[in-house]
Amino acid sequence: MGPEVLKDINFSIAPRSFQYLTGPSGAGKTTLIRLILMALKPTRGLVHLFGQDVSRLEATTLTDFRRKMGVVFQDFRLLDHLTVYENVALPLRVLGKEEAGYRAEVVELLRWVGLGERMHAVPSVLSGGEKQRAAIARALISRPQLLLADEPTGNVDPGLGRRLLRLFMELQTLGTAVVIATHDLALMEQYDAPRLVLADGHLHVDA
Amino acid sequence: MSTPDWRAEPAEQDEEDEGFVQPKSRLPVNLRRDQPLVPVDTVAGRALVVVIAILTFLAALSAGGALMAARASEQWRGAVANEMTIQVRPDPRRNIEADLARAAELARAVPGVASVRAVPRTESDKLLEPWLGAGLDLIELPVPRLIVLRLNAAAASDLVAFSQTLRREVPSATLDDHRLWVRRLSTMANTIILAGVAIVMLVLVAAALAVAFATRGAMAGSRDSVEVLHLVGADDEFIAREFQNRFITLGLRGGGAGGLAAVVVIALLGWLASAWSATPEADQLQAMFGAFEIGWSGYGVVVLVAVIVAAIAGLVSRVTVRHYLKAMS
Ligand SMILES: Nc1ncnc2c1ncn2[C@@H]1O[C@H](COP(=O)(O)OP(=O)(O)O)[C@@H](O)[C@H]1O
Ligand SMILES: [Mg+2]
Repeated sequence: MGPEVLKDINFSIAPRSFQYLTGPSGAGKTTLIRLILMALKPTRGLVHLFGQDVSRLEATTLTDFRRKMGVVFQDFRLLDHLTVYENVALPLRVLGKEEAGYRAEVVELLRWVGLGERMHAVPSVLSGGEKQRAAIARALISRPQLLLADEPTGNVDPGLGRRLLRLFMELQTLGTAVVIATHDLALMEQYDAPRLVLADGHLHVDA
Repeated sequence: MSTPDWRAEPAEQDEEDEGFVQPKSRLPVNLRRDQPLVPVDTVAGRALVVVIAILTFLAALSAGGALMAARASEQWRGAVANEMTIQVRPDPRRNIEADLARAAELARAVPGVASVRAVPRTESDKLLEPWLGAGLDLIELPVPRLIVLRLNAAAASDLVAFSQTLRREVPSATLDDHRLWVRRLSTMANTIILAGVAIVMLVLVAAALAVAFATRGAMAGSRDSVEVLHLVGADDEFIAREFQNRFITLGLRGGGAGGLAAVVVIALLGWLASAWSATPEADQLQAMFGAFEIGWSGYGVVVLVAVIVAAIAGLVSRVTVRHYLKAMS
Protein backbone atom coordinates (compact mmCIF):
# COMPACT_ATOMS: atom_id res chain seq x y z
CA MET A 1 0.00 0.00 0.00
CA GLY A 2 1.14 3.53 -0.80
CA PRO A 3 1.24 6.48 1.53
CA GLU A 4 -1.95 7.50 3.25
CA VAL A 5 -3.43 10.39 1.33
CA LEU A 6 -5.98 11.24 4.00
CA LYS A 7 -5.56 10.49 7.69
CA ASP A 8 -7.28 11.43 10.95
CA ILE A 9 -9.90 13.42 9.16
CA ASN A 10 -12.88 14.35 11.22
CA PHE A 11 -15.46 16.80 10.00
CA SER A 12 -19.13 17.13 9.42
CA ILE A 13 -21.27 18.93 6.91
CA ALA A 14 -24.33 20.59 8.36
CA PRO A 15 -27.59 20.54 6.41
CA ARG A 16 -28.11 23.67 4.27
CA SER A 17 -24.50 24.73 4.81
CA PHE A 18 -22.08 26.11 2.24
CA GLN A 19 -18.37 25.38 2.35
CA TYR A 20 -15.29 25.11 0.25
CA LEU A 21 -13.03 22.11 0.27
CA THR A 22 -9.62 23.37 -0.63
CA GLY A 23 -5.97 22.50 -0.67
CA PRO A 24 -3.22 22.22 -3.24
CA SER A 25 -3.53 19.90 -6.19
CA GLY A 26 -3.01 16.31 -5.07
CA ALA A 27 -4.06 17.07 -1.50
CA GLY A 28 -6.89 14.56 -1.65
CA LYS A 29 -10.00 16.64 -2.42
CA THR A 30 -11.24 14.27 -5.10
CA THR A 31 -10.44 11.27 -2.91
CA LEU A 32 -12.47 12.76 -0.07
CA ILE A 33 -15.44 13.36 -2.37
CA ARG A 34 -15.24 9.77 -3.60
CA LEU A 35 -15.31 8.61 0.02
CA ILE A 36 -18.45 10.62 0.67
CA LEU A 37 -20.03 9.20 -2.49
CA MET A 38 -19.19 5.68 -1.35
CA ALA A 39 -17.36 5.21 -4.63
CA LEU A 40 -14.34 4.42 -2.48
CA LYS A 41 -14.10 2.52 0.80
CA PRO A 42 -11.81 3.90 3.49
CA THR A 43 -8.94 1.52 4.32
CA ARG A 44 -9.75 2.38 7.91
CA GLY A 45 -12.01 4.77 9.74
CA LEU A 46 -15.70 5.49 9.43
CA VAL A 47 -17.78 7.61 7.13
CA HIS A 48 -21.12 8.74 8.47
CA LEU A 49 -23.72 10.09 6.08
CA PHE A 50 -27.10 11.44 7.07
CA GLY A 51 -26.38 10.07 10.53
CA GLN A 52 -25.50 6.52 9.48
CA ASP A 53 -22.27 4.56 9.23
CA VAL A 54 -22.04 3.84 5.50
CA SER A 55 -19.79 0.79 5.79
CA ARG A 56 -22.74 -1.18 7.07
CA LEU A 57 -25.31 -0.03 4.54
CA GLU A 58 -27.53 -2.36 2.55
CA ALA A 59 -27.29 -1.95 -1.22
CA THR A 60 -30.76 -0.38 -1.35
CA THR A 61 -29.94 2.17 1.36
CA LEU A 62 -26.72 2.96 -0.46
CA THR A 63 -28.74 3.78 -3.57
CA ASP A 64 -31.16 5.87 -1.48
CA PHE A 65 -28.22 7.83 -0.06
CA ARG A 66 -26.70 8.44 -3.47
CA ARG A 67 -30.03 9.77 -4.66
CA LYS A 68 -29.82 12.45 -1.97
CA MET A 69 -26.47 13.60 -3.34
CA GLY A 70 -25.58 15.40 -6.52
CA VAL A 71 -22.05 15.31 -7.77
CA VAL A 72 -20.05 17.24 -10.34
CA PHE A 73 -17.00 15.20 -11.23
CA GLN A 74 -13.74 16.91 -11.94
CA ASP A 75 -13.58 15.00 -15.24
CA PHE A 76 -17.37 15.40 -15.79
CA ARG A 77 -18.00 11.72 -16.51
CA LEU A 78 -20.79 12.35 -18.98
CA LEU A 79 -21.94 9.27 -20.89
CA ASP A 80 -20.48 9.59 -24.37
CA HIS A 81 -23.28 7.97 -26.33
CA LEU A 82 -26.02 10.08 -24.78
CA THR A 83 -26.91 13.63 -25.71
CA VAL A 84 -26.51 16.51 -23.28
CA TYR A 85 -30.24 16.36 -22.62
CA GLU A 86 -30.14 12.64 -21.88
CA ASN A 87 -27.09 13.03 -19.66
CA VAL A 88 -28.70 15.76 -17.60
CA ALA A 89 -31.96 13.80 -17.34
CA LEU A 90 -30.12 10.68 -16.18
CA PRO A 91 -30.65 11.07 -12.39
CA LEU A 92 -34.40 11.37 -13.01
CA ARG A 93 -34.47 8.56 -15.53
CA VAL A 94 -32.78 6.11 -13.17
CA LEU A 95 -35.57 6.83 -10.68
CA GLY A 96 -37.92 5.31 -13.24
CA LYS A 97 -39.71 8.61 -13.93
CA GLU A 98 -41.65 9.19 -17.12
CA GLU A 99 -39.73 11.25 -19.64
CA ALA A 100 -42.70 13.50 -20.36
CA GLY A 101 -42.84 14.43 -16.68
CA TYR A 102 -39.38 15.94 -16.47
CA ARG A 103 -38.72 17.11 -20.03
CA ALA A 104 -39.69 20.73 -19.45
CA GLU A 105 -37.69 20.90 -16.26
CA VAL A 106 -34.54 19.51 -17.89
CA VAL A 107 -34.84 21.83 -20.88
CA GLU A 108 -35.31 24.82 -18.60
CA LEU A 109 -32.25 23.97 -16.54
CA LEU A 110 -30.23 23.43 -19.72
CA ARG A 111 -31.31 26.88 -20.96
CA TRP A 112 -30.38 28.34 -17.64
CA VAL A 113 -26.83 27.03 -17.79
CA GLY A 114 -26.62 28.18 -21.39
CA LEU A 115 -26.89 24.81 -23.07
CA GLY A 116 -30.34 25.38 -24.58
CA GLU A 117 -28.93 25.15 -28.08
CA ARG A 118 -26.63 22.26 -27.34
CA MET A 119 -28.99 19.79 -25.74
CA HIS A 120 -28.87 17.44 -28.73
CA ALA A 121 -25.11 17.37 -28.94
CA VAL A 122 -23.10 14.45 -27.67
CA PRO A 123 -20.31 15.22 -25.17
CA SER A 124 -17.52 14.54 -27.64
CA VAL A 125 -18.36 17.69 -29.62
CA LEU A 126 -18.70 19.94 -26.56
CA SER A 127 -16.10 22.40 -25.34
CA GLY A 128 -14.66 21.97 -21.87
CA GLY A 129 -16.90 24.72 -20.52
CA GLU A 130 -20.00 23.17 -22.06
CA LYS A 131 -19.18 19.76 -20.57
CA GLN A 132 -18.66 21.46 -17.23
CA ARG A 133 -22.09 23.06 -17.37
CA ALA A 134 -23.72 19.81 -18.47
CA ALA A 135 -22.08 18.03 -15.53
CA ILE A 136 -23.33 20.73 -13.15
CA ALA A 137 -26.84 20.55 -14.59
CA ARG A 138 -26.86 16.79 -14.09
CA ALA A 139 -25.87 17.23 -10.46
CA LEU A 140 -28.61 19.81 -9.84
CA ILE A 141 -31.54 18.27 -11.69
CA SER A 142 -32.63 15.98 -8.87
CA ARG A 143 -32.38 18.82 -6.28
CA PRO A 144 -30.09 16.91 -3.96
CA GLN A 145 -29.73 17.45 -0.21
CA LEU A 146 -25.98 17.48 -0.61
CA LEU A 147 -24.14 18.82 -3.61
CA LEU A 148 -20.51 17.84 -4.12
CA ALA A 149 -18.76 19.80 -6.84
CA ASP A 150 -15.18 18.94 -7.73
CA GLU A 151 -13.46 21.94 -9.32
CA PRO A 152 -16.73 23.10 -10.90
CA THR A 153 -15.21 26.29 -12.24
CA GLY A 154 -12.00 24.76 -13.49
CA ASN A 155 -12.99 24.93 -17.15
CA VAL A 156 -15.03 28.08 -17.38
CA ASP A 157 -14.14 31.71 -17.74
CA PRO A 158 -14.49 34.01 -14.73
CA GLY A 159 -17.86 35.39 -15.88
CA LEU A 160 -19.53 32.02 -16.00
CA GLY A 161 -17.65 30.98 -12.88
CA ARG A 162 -19.33 33.82 -11.00
CA ARG A 163 -22.74 32.82 -12.32
CA LEU A 164 -22.21 29.20 -11.36
CA LEU A 165 -21.10 30.20 -7.89
CA ARG A 166 -24.26 32.25 -7.54
CA LEU A 167 -26.26 29.25 -8.66
CA PHE A 168 -24.65 27.12 -5.96
CA MET A 169 -25.41 29.77 -3.35
CA GLU A 170 -29.04 29.91 -4.44
CA LEU A 171 -29.19 26.18 -4.23
CA GLN A 172 -28.02 26.43 -0.63
CA THR A 173 -30.80 28.85 0.23
CA LEU A 174 -33.25 26.32 -1.23
CA GLY A 175 -32.03 23.76 1.31
CA THR A 176 -29.04 21.99 -0.18
CA ALA A 177 -25.75 21.55 1.64
CA VAL A 178 -23.02 22.54 -0.81
CA VAL A 179 -19.38 21.46 -0.85
CA ILE A 180 -17.21 23.01 -3.53
CA ALA A 181 -13.78 21.52 -3.96
CA THR A 182 -11.50 24.08 -5.50
CA HIS A 183 -7.99 25.43 -5.41
CA ASP A 184 -9.13 28.66 -7.04
CA LEU A 185 -8.44 31.39 -4.48
CA ALA A 186 -10.12 34.07 -6.58
CA LEU A 187 -13.34 32.09 -6.56
CA MET A 188 -13.33 31.70 -2.80
CA GLU A 189 -12.77 35.40 -2.34
CA GLN A 190 -15.98 36.22 -4.17
CA TYR A 191 -18.14 34.66 -1.55
CA ASP A 192 -16.89 34.09 1.93
CA ALA A 193 -17.70 30.72 3.38
CA PRO A 194 -16.08 28.22 5.73
CA ARG A 195 -13.12 26.42 4.18
CA LEU A 196 -12.21 22.83 4.82
CA VAL A 197 -8.49 22.92 4.10
CA LEU A 198 -6.64 19.73 3.22
CA ALA A 199 -2.89 19.74 3.68
CA ASP A 200 -0.49 16.84 4.24
CA GLY A 201 -3.40 14.47 4.58
CA HIS A 202 -4.93 16.43 7.47
CA LEU A 203 -7.95 18.62 7.40
CA HIS A 204 -8.63 21.80 9.35
CA VAL A 205 -11.53 24.17 9.18
CA ASP A 206 -11.07 27.89 8.45
CA ALA A 207 -14.29 29.46 9.53
CA MET B 1 -38.65 22.57 -1.77
CA SER B 2 -39.81 25.72 -3.51
CA THR B 3 -39.59 26.43 -7.19
CA PRO B 4 -35.99 26.08 -8.29
CA ASP B 5 -34.20 29.20 -9.18
CA TRP B 6 -33.50 28.38 -12.82
CA ARG B 7 -37.21 28.46 -13.48
CA ALA B 8 -37.54 32.04 -12.24
CA GLU B 9 -34.47 33.47 -13.89
CA PRO B 10 -34.46 33.60 -17.68
CA ALA B 11 -31.28 32.77 -19.51
CA GLU B 12 -29.14 35.82 -19.29
CA GLN B 13 -26.71 36.26 -22.09
CA ASP B 14 -23.07 36.59 -21.23
CA GLU B 15 -21.19 37.71 -24.30
CA GLU B 16 -17.72 36.80 -23.07
CA ASP B 17 -18.50 33.08 -22.80
CA GLU B 18 -17.98 31.11 -25.99
CA GLY B 19 -20.56 28.56 -24.97
CA PHE B 20 -23.33 31.15 -25.09
CA VAL B 21 -22.68 32.50 -28.55
CA GLN B 22 -24.63 30.07 -30.65
CA PRO B 23 -26.74 30.37 -33.77
CA LYS B 24 -30.36 30.53 -32.69
CA SER B 25 -31.60 28.91 -35.88
CA ARG B 26 -30.20 25.46 -35.00
CA LEU B 27 -32.73 24.70 -32.28
CA PRO B 28 -33.92 21.20 -33.15
CA VAL B 29 -37.59 20.47 -32.74
CA ASN B 30 -37.70 16.95 -31.38
CA LEU B 31 -35.50 15.68 -28.59
CA ARG B 32 -33.57 12.51 -29.01
CA ARG B 33 -34.44 10.75 -25.81
CA ASP B 34 -34.64 7.43 -24.04
CA GLN B 35 -31.70 6.10 -25.98
CA PRO B 36 -30.53 2.82 -24.49
CA LEU B 37 -28.11 3.54 -21.66
CA VAL B 38 -25.97 0.63 -22.77
CA PRO B 39 -24.37 1.62 -26.09
CA VAL B 40 -26.05 -0.22 -28.97
CA ASP B 41 -24.82 -1.30 -32.39
CA THR B 42 -21.28 -1.93 -31.44
CA VAL B 43 -19.25 -4.44 -33.44
CA ALA B 44 -19.73 -7.04 -30.69
CA GLY B 45 -23.50 -6.45 -30.79
CA ARG B 46 -23.62 -7.03 -34.54
CA ALA B 47 -21.51 -10.17 -34.21
CA LEU B 48 -23.90 -11.45 -31.57
CA VAL B 49 -26.88 -10.81 -33.85
CA VAL B 50 -25.20 -12.87 -36.60
CA VAL B 51 -24.36 -15.71 -34.19
CA ILE B 52 -27.91 -15.76 -32.83
CA ALA B 53 -29.33 -15.68 -36.36
CA ILE B 54 -27.25 -18.69 -37.41
CA LEU B 55 -28.12 -20.61 -34.25
CA THR B 56 -31.82 -19.82 -34.62
CA PHE B 57 -31.73 -20.88 -38.27
CA LEU B 58 -30.23 -24.26 -37.34
CA ALA B 59 -32.57 -24.75 -34.40
CA ALA B 60 -35.62 -23.83 -36.47
CA LEU B 61 -34.65 -26.23 -39.25
CA SER B 62 -34.07 -29.00 -36.70
CA ALA B 63 -37.41 -28.30 -35.07
CA GLY B 64 -39.11 -28.24 -38.48
CA GLY B 65 -37.44 -31.52 -39.47
CA ALA B 66 -38.44 -33.18 -36.21
CA LEU B 67 -42.00 -32.00 -36.69
CA MET B 68 -42.07 -33.35 -40.23
CA ALA B 69 -40.77 -36.73 -39.08
CA ALA B 70 -43.36 -36.81 -36.30
CA ARG B 71 -46.17 -36.11 -38.78
CA ALA B 72 -44.94 -38.68 -41.30
CA SER B 73 -44.65 -41.39 -38.68
CA GLU B 74 -48.13 -40.56 -37.42
CA GLN B 75 -49.43 -40.99 -40.97
CA TRP B 76 -47.80 -44.42 -41.39
CA ARG B 77 -49.13 -45.56 -38.10
CA GLY B 78 -52.65 -44.46 -38.88
CA ALA B 79 -52.58 -45.97 -42.35
CA VAL B 80 -50.91 -49.33 -41.88
CA ALA B 81 -50.60 -50.13 -38.22
CA ASN B 82 -53.59 -52.46 -38.21
CA GLU B 83 -53.11 -53.87 -41.64
CA MET B 84 -51.43 -56.98 -43.02
CA THR B 85 -51.27 -58.48 -46.48
CA ILE B 86 -51.03 -61.98 -47.78
CA GLN B 87 -49.13 -62.18 -50.99
CA VAL B 88 -49.97 -65.06 -53.31
CA ARG B 89 -47.31 -65.69 -55.95
CA PRO B 90 -48.37 -67.17 -59.26
CA ASP B 91 -47.22 -70.73 -59.78
CA PRO B 92 -47.79 -72.39 -63.20
CA ARG B 93 -48.58 -75.69 -61.45
CA ARG B 94 -51.28 -74.19 -59.23
CA ASN B 95 -54.58 -72.36 -59.68
CA ILE B 96 -54.00 -68.89 -58.32
CA GLU B 97 -57.70 -68.09 -57.82
CA ALA B 98 -58.12 -71.25 -55.73
CA ASP B 99 -55.03 -70.41 -53.67
CA LEU B 100 -56.39 -66.92 -53.15
CA ALA B 101 -59.74 -68.23 -51.92
CA ARG B 102 -58.10 -70.80 -49.63
CA ALA B 103 -55.76 -68.22 -48.09
CA ALA B 104 -58.67 -65.83 -47.50
CA GLU B 105 -60.66 -68.60 -45.87
CA LEU B 106 -57.76 -69.42 -43.55
CA ALA B 107 -57.31 -65.75 -42.67
CA ARG B 108 -60.99 -65.36 -41.76
CA ALA B 109 -60.60 -68.16 -39.23
CA VAL B 110 -57.84 -66.32 -37.33
CA PRO B 111 -59.13 -64.61 -34.17
CA GLY B 112 -58.53 -60.87 -34.15
CA VAL B 113 -58.88 -60.45 -37.91
CA ALA B 114 -61.67 -57.99 -38.53
CA SER B 115 -61.95 -58.11 -42.28
CA VAL B 116 -60.42 -59.92 -45.22
CA ARG B 117 -60.43 -58.59 -48.76
CA ALA B 118 -58.88 -60.18 -51.78
CA VAL B 119 -57.67 -57.41 -54.06
CA PRO B 120 -59.21 -57.92 -57.52
CA ARG B 121 -56.89 -58.41 -60.45
CA THR B 122 -57.67 -55.04 -62.04
CA GLU B 123 -56.83 -53.25 -58.81
CA SER B 124 -53.51 -54.98 -58.27
CA ASP B 125 -52.55 -54.30 -61.87
CA LYS B 126 -53.19 -50.66 -61.24
CA LEU B 127 -50.81 -50.75 -58.28
CA LEU B 128 -48.06 -51.79 -60.64
CA GLU B 129 -48.74 -49.10 -63.18
CA PRO B 130 -46.36 -46.53 -61.69
CA TRP B 131 -43.55 -49.08 -61.86
CA LEU B 132 -44.21 -50.69 -65.22
CA GLY B 133 -46.18 -48.05 -67.07
CA ALA B 134 -49.70 -48.26 -68.43
CA GLY B 135 -50.76 -50.09 -71.57
CA LEU B 136 -48.83 -53.24 -70.79
CA ASP B 137 -50.93 -56.37 -70.90
CA LEU B 138 -50.27 -57.70 -67.45
CA ILE B 139 -52.21 -60.89 -68.01
CA GLU B 140 -49.11 -62.23 -69.68
CA LEU B 141 -46.98 -61.46 -66.65
CA PRO B 142 -46.94 -63.59 -63.50
CA VAL B 143 -48.19 -60.88 -61.17
CA PRO B 144 -48.65 -61.71 -57.47
CA ARG B 145 -52.08 -61.18 -55.96
CA LEU B 146 -52.86 -59.58 -52.61
CA ILE B 147 -55.26 -60.20 -49.75
CA VAL B 148 -55.61 -57.29 -47.30
CA LEU B 149 -56.37 -58.17 -43.68
CA ARG B 150 -57.59 -55.69 -41.13
CA LEU B 151 -56.89 -56.47 -37.50
CA ASN B 152 -58.78 -55.48 -34.40
CA ALA B 153 -56.56 -52.97 -32.68
CA ALA B 154 -56.94 -54.59 -29.29
CA ALA B 155 -56.74 -58.30 -30.08
CA ALA B 156 -53.30 -59.93 -30.09
CA SER B 157 -53.67 -62.64 -32.68
CA ASP B 158 -51.20 -65.51 -32.96
CA LEU B 159 -49.70 -64.41 -36.24
CA VAL B 160 -46.70 -66.70 -36.07
CA ALA B 161 -48.96 -69.75 -35.96
CA PHE B 162 -51.12 -68.35 -38.78
CA SER B 163 -48.06 -67.68 -40.89
CA GLN B 164 -46.93 -71.31 -40.47
CA THR B 165 -50.40 -72.70 -41.21
CA LEU B 166 -50.60 -70.55 -44.32
CA ARG B 167 -47.23 -71.75 -45.61
CA ARG B 168 -48.27 -75.40 -45.04
CA GLU B 169 -51.71 -75.11 -46.63
CA VAL B 170 -50.93 -72.70 -49.48
CA PRO B 171 -47.20 -72.91 -50.31
CA SER B 172 -47.38 -70.01 -52.78
CA ALA B 173 -48.68 -67.55 -50.13
CA THR B 174 -46.67 -65.50 -47.61
CA LEU B 175 -47.80 -63.23 -44.83
CA ASP B 176 -46.45 -59.66 -44.74
CA ASP B 177 -46.73 -58.14 -41.31
CA HIS B 178 -46.69 -54.37 -41.96
CA ARG B 179 -46.42 -53.73 -38.30
CA LEU B 180 -42.81 -54.82 -38.32
CA TRP B 181 -42.10 -52.13 -40.90
CA VAL B 182 -44.12 -49.60 -39.02
CA ARG B 183 -42.13 -50.40 -35.90
CA ARG B 184 -38.85 -49.95 -37.72
CA LEU B 185 -39.97 -46.74 -39.41
CA SER B 186 -41.31 -45.44 -36.10
CA THR B 187 -38.01 -46.16 -34.41
CA MET B 188 -36.29 -44.26 -37.20
CA ALA B 189 -38.75 -41.39 -36.96
CA ASN B 190 -38.38 -41.27 -33.17
CA THR B 191 -34.62 -41.14 -33.57
CA ILE B 192 -34.97 -38.23 -35.98
CA ILE B 193 -37.35 -36.46 -33.60
CA LEU B 194 -35.05 -37.01 -30.62
CA ALA B 195 -32.04 -35.80 -32.59
CA GLY B 196 -33.99 -32.72 -33.68
CA VAL B 197 -35.01 -31.92 -30.11
CA ALA B 198 -31.44 -32.51 -28.89
CA ILE B 199 -30.08 -30.15 -31.56
CA VAL B 200 -32.61 -27.48 -30.57
CA MET B 201 -31.54 -27.85 -26.92
CA LEU B 202 -27.84 -27.67 -27.78
CA VAL B 203 -28.42 -24.61 -29.93
CA LEU B 204 -30.33 -22.90 -27.12
CA VAL B 205 -27.46 -23.64 -24.72
CA ALA B 206 -24.97 -22.29 -27.26
CA ALA B 207 -27.08 -19.14 -27.69
CA ALA B 208 -27.22 -18.68 -23.92
CA LEU B 209 -23.43 -19.01 -23.65
CA ALA B 210 -22.88 -16.57 -26.53
CA VAL B 211 -25.16 -14.03 -24.83
CA ALA B 212 -23.44 -14.55 -21.47
CA PHE B 213 -20.02 -13.87 -22.98
CA ALA B 214 -21.31 -10.90 -24.96
CA THR B 215 -22.91 -9.47 -21.81
CA ARG B 216 -19.70 -9.83 -19.84
CA GLY B 217 -17.85 -8.13 -22.67
CA ALA B 218 -20.37 -5.31 -22.82
CA MET B 219 -20.24 -4.88 -19.03
CA ALA B 220 -16.46 -4.77 -19.00
CA GLY B 221 -16.63 -2.23 -21.84
CA SER B 222 -19.16 -0.06 -20.00
CA ARG B 223 -17.62 -0.36 -16.55
CA ASP B 224 -17.23 3.39 -16.42
CA SER B 225 -20.82 4.02 -17.51
CA VAL B 226 -22.05 1.51 -14.95
CA GLU B 227 -20.15 3.35 -12.20
CA VAL B 228 -21.61 6.67 -13.31
CA LEU B 229 -25.10 5.14 -13.33
CA HIS B 230 -24.55 3.91 -9.79
CA LEU B 231 -23.31 7.30 -8.64
CA VAL B 232 -26.28 9.18 -10.10
CA GLY B 233 -28.59 6.85 -8.17
CA ALA B 234 -29.29 3.83 -10.37
CA ASP B 235 -29.79 0.56 -8.50
CA ASP B 236 -28.63 -2.83 -9.76
CA GLU B 237 -32.16 -3.67 -10.86
CA PHE B 238 -32.28 -0.65 -13.17
CA ILE B 239 -28.89 -1.40 -14.71
CA ALA B 240 -29.74 -5.08 -15.16
CA ARG B 241 -32.97 -4.09 -16.89
CA GLU B 242 -31.10 -1.80 -19.27
CA PHE B 243 -28.76 -4.60 -20.29
CA GLN B 244 -31.62 -7.06 -20.50
CA ASN B 245 -33.59 -4.78 -22.81
CA ARG B 246 -30.60 -4.34 -25.03
CA PHE B 247 -29.92 -8.04 -25.33
CA ILE B 248 -33.60 -8.86 -25.86
CA THR B 249 -33.49 -6.44 -28.79
CA LEU B 250 -30.36 -8.10 -30.17
CA GLY B 251 -31.88 -11.54 -29.57
CA LEU B 252 -35.10 -10.58 -31.34
CA ARG B 253 -33.17 -9.20 -34.28
CA GLY B 254 -30.97 -12.29 -34.59
CA GLY B 255 -33.80 -14.70 -33.85
CA GLY B 256 -36.07 -12.94 -36.33
CA ALA B 257 -33.47 -13.05 -39.10
CA GLY B 258 -32.62 -16.71 -38.44
CA GLY B 259 -36.27 -17.74 -38.12
CA LEU B 260 -37.18 -15.88 -41.31
CA ALA B 261 -34.34 -17.58 -43.19
CA ALA B 262 -35.55 -20.98 -41.93
CA VAL B 263 -39.13 -20.24 -43.00
CA VAL B 264 -37.93 -19.20 -46.46
CA VAL B 265 -35.79 -22.34 -46.84
CA ILE B 266 -38.61 -24.64 -45.69
CA ALA B 267 -41.13 -22.94 -47.99
CA LEU B 268 -38.67 -23.18 -50.88
CA LEU B 269 -38.05 -26.89 -50.27
CA GLY B 270 -41.80 -27.45 -50.04
CA TRP B 271 -42.31 -25.65 -53.34
CA LEU B 272 -39.55 -27.65 -55.04
CA ALA B 273 -41.01 -30.87 -53.66
CA SER B 274 -44.49 -30.06 -54.98
CA ALA B 275 -43.12 -29.04 -58.38
CA TRP B 276 -41.33 -32.36 -58.52
CA SER B 277 -44.23 -34.42 -57.22
CA ALA B 278 -45.72 -34.84 -60.71
CA THR B 279 -43.22 -37.66 -61.22
CA PRO B 280 -43.86 -41.23 -60.01
CA GLU B 281 -40.66 -41.23 -57.89
CA ALA B 282 -42.14 -38.43 -55.85
CA ASP B 283 -45.22 -40.53 -55.13
CA GLN B 284 -43.00 -43.23 -53.64
CA LEU B 285 -41.06 -40.69 -51.59
CA GLN B 286 -44.21 -39.03 -50.43
CA ALA B 287 -45.58 -42.40 -49.35
CA MET B 288 -42.44 -42.88 -47.27
CA PHE B 289 -41.87 -39.46 -45.78
CA GLY B 290 -45.18 -37.70 -46.09
CA ALA B 291 -45.71 -34.48 -47.93
CA PHE B 292 -42.75 -32.11 -47.68
CA GLU B 293 -44.49 -29.36 -45.82
CA ILE B 294 -44.78 -28.46 -42.20
CA GLY B 295 -48.05 -26.56 -42.21
CA TRP B 296 -48.99 -23.59 -40.06
CA SER B 297 -48.09 -25.36 -36.83
CA GLY B 298 -44.62 -25.96 -38.29
CA TYR B 299 -44.16 -22.27 -39.05
CA GLY B 300 -45.50 -21.61 -35.56
CA VAL B 301 -42.74 -23.81 -34.14
CA VAL B 302 -40.11 -21.87 -36.10
CA VAL B 303 -41.44 -18.56 -34.75
CA LEU B 304 -41.57 -20.05 -31.25
CA VAL B 305 -37.90 -21.06 -31.49
CA ALA B 306 -36.98 -17.48 -32.49
CA VAL B 307 -38.99 -16.03 -29.59
CA ILE B 308 -37.43 -18.49 -27.13
CA VAL B 309 -33.96 -17.51 -28.33
CA ALA B 310 -34.77 -13.82 -27.73
CA ALA B 311 -36.22 -14.59 -24.30
CA ILE B 312 -33.14 -16.59 -23.39
CA ALA B 313 -30.95 -13.69 -24.53
CA GLY B 314 -32.81 -11.32 -22.21
CA LEU B 315 -32.84 -13.67 -19.26
CA VAL B 316 -29.20 -14.73 -19.53
CA SER B 317 -27.99 -11.14 -19.87
CA ARG B 318 -30.04 -10.15 -16.83
CA VAL B 319 -28.62 -12.96 -14.69
CA THR B 320 -25.10 -12.26 -15.94
CA VAL B 321 -25.40 -8.54 -15.16
CA ARG B 322 -26.74 -9.10 -11.65
CA HIS B 323 -23.96 -11.57 -10.99
CA TYR B 324 -21.37 -9.14 -12.32
CA LEU B 325 -22.74 -6.18 -10.33
CA LYS B 326 -22.72 -8.23 -7.15
CA ALA B 327 -19.10 -9.19 -7.75
CA MET B 328 -18.24 -5.54 -8.49
CA SER B 329 -19.51 -4.12 -5.20
N1 LIG C 1 -7.18 5.26 -6.90
C1 LIG C 1 -6.07 5.77 -6.33
N2 LIG C 1 -5.15 4.93 -5.81
C2 LIG C 1 -4.04 5.40 -5.22
N3 LIG C 1 -3.76 6.69 -5.14
C3 LIG C 1 -4.64 7.58 -5.64
C4 LIG C 1 -5.84 7.16 -6.26
N4 LIG C 1 -6.52 8.26 -6.67
C5 LIG C 1 -5.76 9.31 -6.30
N5 LIG C 1 -4.64 8.92 -5.69
C6 LIG C 1 -3.59 9.77 -5.13
O1 LIG C 1 -4.17 10.46 -4.06
C7 LIG C 1 -3.66 11.77 -4.00
C8 LIG C 1 -4.79 12.74 -3.95
O2 LIG C 1 -5.42 12.77 -5.19
P1 LIG C 1 -6.73 13.62 -5.41
O3 LIG C 1 -7.69 13.23 -4.39
O4 LIG C 1 -7.13 13.45 -6.83
O5 LIG C 1 -6.22 15.09 -5.15
P2 LIG C 1 -6.90 16.47 -5.52
O6 LIG C 1 -8.26 16.19 -6.02
O7 LIG C 1 -6.90 17.25 -4.24
O8 LIG C 1 -6.06 17.11 -6.54
C9 LIG C 1 -2.75 11.95 -5.20
O9 LIG C 1 -1.40 11.83 -4.76
C10 LIG C 1 -3.10 10.82 -6.10
O10 LIG C 1 -1.98 10.39 -6.81
MG1 LIG D 1 -9.10 16.52 -7.78
